[in-house]
Amino acid sequence: MSEVRYTDQHEWIRLDGDEATVGITKYAAEALGDVVFVELPASGKAVKAGGEAAVVESVKAASDIYAPAGGTVTGANAALEKEPSKVNEDPEGQGWFFKMTLTDKGEFAKLMDSAAYAKFVESL
Amino acid sequence: MSMNNQGRPTGTGEAFPASIATISGDRGLDHEEPLIFELGHGAIGVDLADVKVSEARLGGMRRKGAIGLPGLSEPEVIRHFVRLSRMNYAIDAGLYPLGSCTMKHNPRLNEKIARLPGFGDLHPLAPQSTTQGALELISQLMTWLTRLTGMPAVAMSPKAGAHGELCGLLAIRAAIAARGETRKRILVPESAHGTNPATAAFAGFTVDEVPAKPNGHVDAEALKAKLGPDVAAIMLTNPNTCGLFEGEIIEIAKAVHDAGAYFYCDGANFNAIAGKVRPGDLGVDAMHINLHKTFSTPHGGGGPGAGPVVLSDRLAAYAPIPLLVASGAGLRLIEDMNAVPDGAKPFGRMCAFHGQMGMFVRALTYMLSHGRDGVRQASEDAVLSANYILASLKDVMSAPFGDGPCMHEALFDDSFLDGTGVTTLDFAKAMIDEGYHPMTMYFPLVVHGAMLIEPTESESKASLDQFIRVLHTLATEARAKKTERFAGAPHLAPRRRLDETAAARKPVLRWKPEPVKAAAE
Amino acid sequence: MRYLPLTAEDRRAMLAKIGAADVDALFRDVPKAALTSLSTFDLPDTQGELEVERALSKLAAKNVAAGAAPFFCGAGAYKHHVPSAVDHLIQRSEFLTSYTPYQPEIAQGTLQYLFEFQTQVALLTGMEVANASLYDGSTATAEAVLMAQRITKRGKAILSGGLHPHYAETVETVAGLAGVVSRSPVTPGSAEDIVSLIDEETACVVVQSPDVFGLIRNLRPIADAAHAKGALLIAVVTEVVSLGLLEPPGAQGADIVAAEGQSIGNGLNFGGPYVGLFATREKFLRQMPGRLCGETVDAEGRRGYVLTLSTREQHIRREKATSNICTNSGLCCLAFTIHMSLLGEEGLTRLARINHAKASALADKLAALPGVELVTSTFFNEFTIKLLKPAAPVAEALAAEGVIAGVPVSRLLPKDKSVENLLILAATETNSDDDFQALANALKEVL
Repeated sequence: MSEVRYTDQHEWIRLDGDEATVGITKYAAEALGDVVFVELPASGKAVKAGGEAAVVESVKAASDIYAPAGGTVTGANAALEKEPSKVNEDPEGQGWFFKMTLTDKGEFAKLMDSAAYAKFVESL
Repeated sequence: MSMNNQGRPTGTGEAFPASIATISGDRGLDHEEPLIFELGHGAIGVDLADVKVSEARLGGMRRKGAIGLPGLSEPEVIRHFVRLSRMNYAIDAGLYPLGSCTMKHNPRLNEKIARLPGFGDLHPLAPQSTTQGALELISQLMTWLTRLTGMPAVAMSPKAGAHGELCGLLAIRAAIAARGETRKRILVPESAHGTNPATAAFAGFTVDEVPAKPNGHVDAEALKAKLGPDVAAIMLTNPNTCGLFEGEIIEIAKAVHDAGAYFYCDGANFNAIAGKVRPGDLGVDAMHINLHKTFSTPHGGGGPGAGPVVLSDRLAAYAPIPLLVASGAGLRLIEDMNAVPDGAKPFGRMCAFHGQMGMFVRALTYMLSHGRDGVRQASEDAVLSANYILASLKDVMSAPFGDGPCMHEALFDDSFLDGTGVTTLDFAKAMIDEGYHPMTMYFPLVVHGAMLIEPTESESKASLDQFIRVLHTLATEARAKKTERFAGAPHLAPRRRLDETAAARKPVLRWKPEPVKAAAE
Repeated sequence: MRYLPLTAEDRRAMLAKIGAADVDALFRDVPKAALTSLSTFDLPDTQGELEVERALSKLAAKNVAAGAAPFFCGAGAYKHHVPSAVDHLIQRSEFLTSYTPYQPEIAQGTLQYLFEFQTQVALLTGMEVANASLYDGSTATAEAVLMAQRITKRGKAILSGGLHPHYAETVETVAGLAGVVSRSPVTPGSAEDIVSLIDEETACVVVQSPDVFGLIRNLRPIADAAHAKGALLIAVVTEVVSLGLLEPPGAQGADIVAAEGQSIGNGLNFGGPYVGLFATREKFLRQMPGRLCGETVDAEGRRGYVLTLSTREQHIRREKATSNICTNSGLCCLAFTIHMSLLGEEGLTRLARINHAKASALADKLAALPGVELVTSTFFNEFTIKLLKPAAPVAEALAAEGVIAGVPVSRLLPKDKSVENLLILAATETNSDDDFQALANALKEVL
């Protein structure tokens, strides 16, 4: 069973067994505008919860993407190199950024679930 | 009577429907213009002898292939660039209300003096005995800059404002190192221009943001709370990027100095106070001056600029080489780090040679033309014009700090557009159809959808009144949800809106020749 | 005051609209202590055009213009003939007084010439992509070193002894912050062994060709050695006309080219403003500093140009920017583009051959003089000679005789006694046989 959690920096993280997939939410993708470039982390990179993991660029802005939890990057979505538009088209599906293993699943459990995130977005 | 049978009509004739396509693709005086590479056809625009050279002294490094440059005659080149020029807006043609850019008039006398052979045709490394007039000009400009700012010294070599910021921060770094201390943090307001944190990071510091108060001023208490033994400097702009004078500046400077730190001032907004207030009296330690803003050197489509940095007593010793000193034999440039006067401890060199002499000549020409009374009057007129615009527009446009006077620029935000479907961007693009370059948009970041308007002292009242009338009407229409002007604007410029997304996703940064078809198999 | 359109009447009406008694009321946020009276400023008052012109013409007349004497200075700035059309075109209002093209719909003139400039620079240097200019060759070199440090994630930069000393000092000042900058030995007239200094900590090697003494370098072996250790080669060119006759750095394996474009379209101007050329490989595009102009289409499908990839720049990335640069060389860039358009392939190659022929003839003439030794056996339009006595006083003595004889190396390397007898001379298409004779005669007397 896969579970999805959200951060207050508008990243989502989906856990399938031991592998987690990270991306940005629809809210973030809309705020960013047309994505033109994504800088993805290399496999093997160690990240901390809240640490910089990737960069997403639109024409007028560049935003850091933070790792929702600590762990090691196992792979990145190479398709985004040729088609960064996927982030706008399907941010919570095909527009995923990178996969990772988690050092502490407890960090994952502490993040917002979809109901809590929806409430959070409303409050903005 | 004798008759000329070849009469012709002299009335206005029939109207030409705007939608009819022309055969050439050009429309009247508006010409489409290909790239020089598409026009090249093996002609030549210069007459030079066709000399043969021996390879004996080329070390086997003679070029093997063609470069690929197009060949055109002089009339073709002139026509090409004249046509390009006609697609540009320019100050000579209209007002640029660009906050923080100071788009004032560029006097033509500046251009004439800069082109005198004694200035323009002078080599930077010619024997100094043959360049005394140039050194005197630099010296006179240094006198103007130091006296206008009330500072004892000035570093002349930085080539632009951001380069000047780097120079100032490197001087601060050197001063701190000379005290044997380590201070890595620089405080920067969140309203600062992007060059401030970029320069701080470039110079090896970490940036710590200071919030703005709801009234647009920097939060002095928050700033003071952040001071400590690891803070190297603060970087403030005064007047700030919201167009307001930081009234607590002297207290802030004192607190900064008491904490052992330095005060860097971004001089981009000097046009509000030149000839009226001296940054040296405010406790500034280093301030770059944009000669292409305050002192009228032309913007030239993006450059060149010049960013000399005035320095306080605490930093003067660290000014980079070259140093200009007076000696018995006249003026001398000291270019050797080991031969500097006693007490001088230059941190290094910012660039080759001595700085932007061409811009020095233009700036001094402007200063001598205006005089101290003209510089002061220009600042007062700049502030007066900005306030006139603020007072005339704040009934229909939202001015977040409009209760009091502004300095040389007036800040509006997009709350007056709430619910209209019109954004700051749409509003700005509609101004293009009205014959205006848009104001500075989305800066500073401390308000939403910022619109920063700086008219400068170079606009007549008639020009300001026309500008106000247009903006007032645009704002009124937007608020009434009459959005025809805004949707998809501009409609009347040489180009409609351009696809910046495509340009960034698939960058095409140069012309390439069509690939030659492979030889028949 | 001729630059101020507002009249006293206008000011009164404007104050009335604002509701302020006088203009000082608008300065109410300024601490009283900081409001300075006019008389405090010890500076002259307004002057008319005539007076200003007189005063500044007097200063100009105290200088010896390069065109007023036999002239042989180079060392990073070169006297060339700029066709009249160039200066005429750059003074058109729409070029001279326009702003940075942030509103592309009304700046296609600027954007299109920047696109043409970028293409010209890429072609000349033999590289894949170029930016829309930096301030000058020296800061371009410093930016190149920083870029190499970012790309390789290493800190060590090795600067060739043949690199212009001002460029080396600039790199040390700026790039020394992020790593270690070292210089290989200064060996006028010969290629120093820089290859053996490259190791796994090296981010980049910086080599100028032709070097400051005039020597033409072969970059290929240095590029190969650098790449073998994971380092980059930065090629520096201070005389862009040389690219009309010599193999470009891009054909020799350079990863970044930092060059000075002053020779084309821009006068000597006592050291500035000049124009920095910057070119690199496509794969390093996003690490490149400075502005970039890219092609696109507008809402009606017409081809147009915009500034692009701005997310690298300071106004967006702020402290994470690739550089802090805001301004480029604008008008100097335009002058370069126009001059290069008038020259074209045939014109530039002819210009380059004339320059080399002139320098070669001058070198022959001087080498025949007793007490003069030609140090650089290969060169483009600039070479170094060795005298039997310090060169700086010789140059001063010649200047007193009305001949601007070149740049003494001691002006650039004041600490190094071994080079104090060396003089760098440049000869371009602007030099005549009479110039050569005048120099030879004057030298004979002084030596």
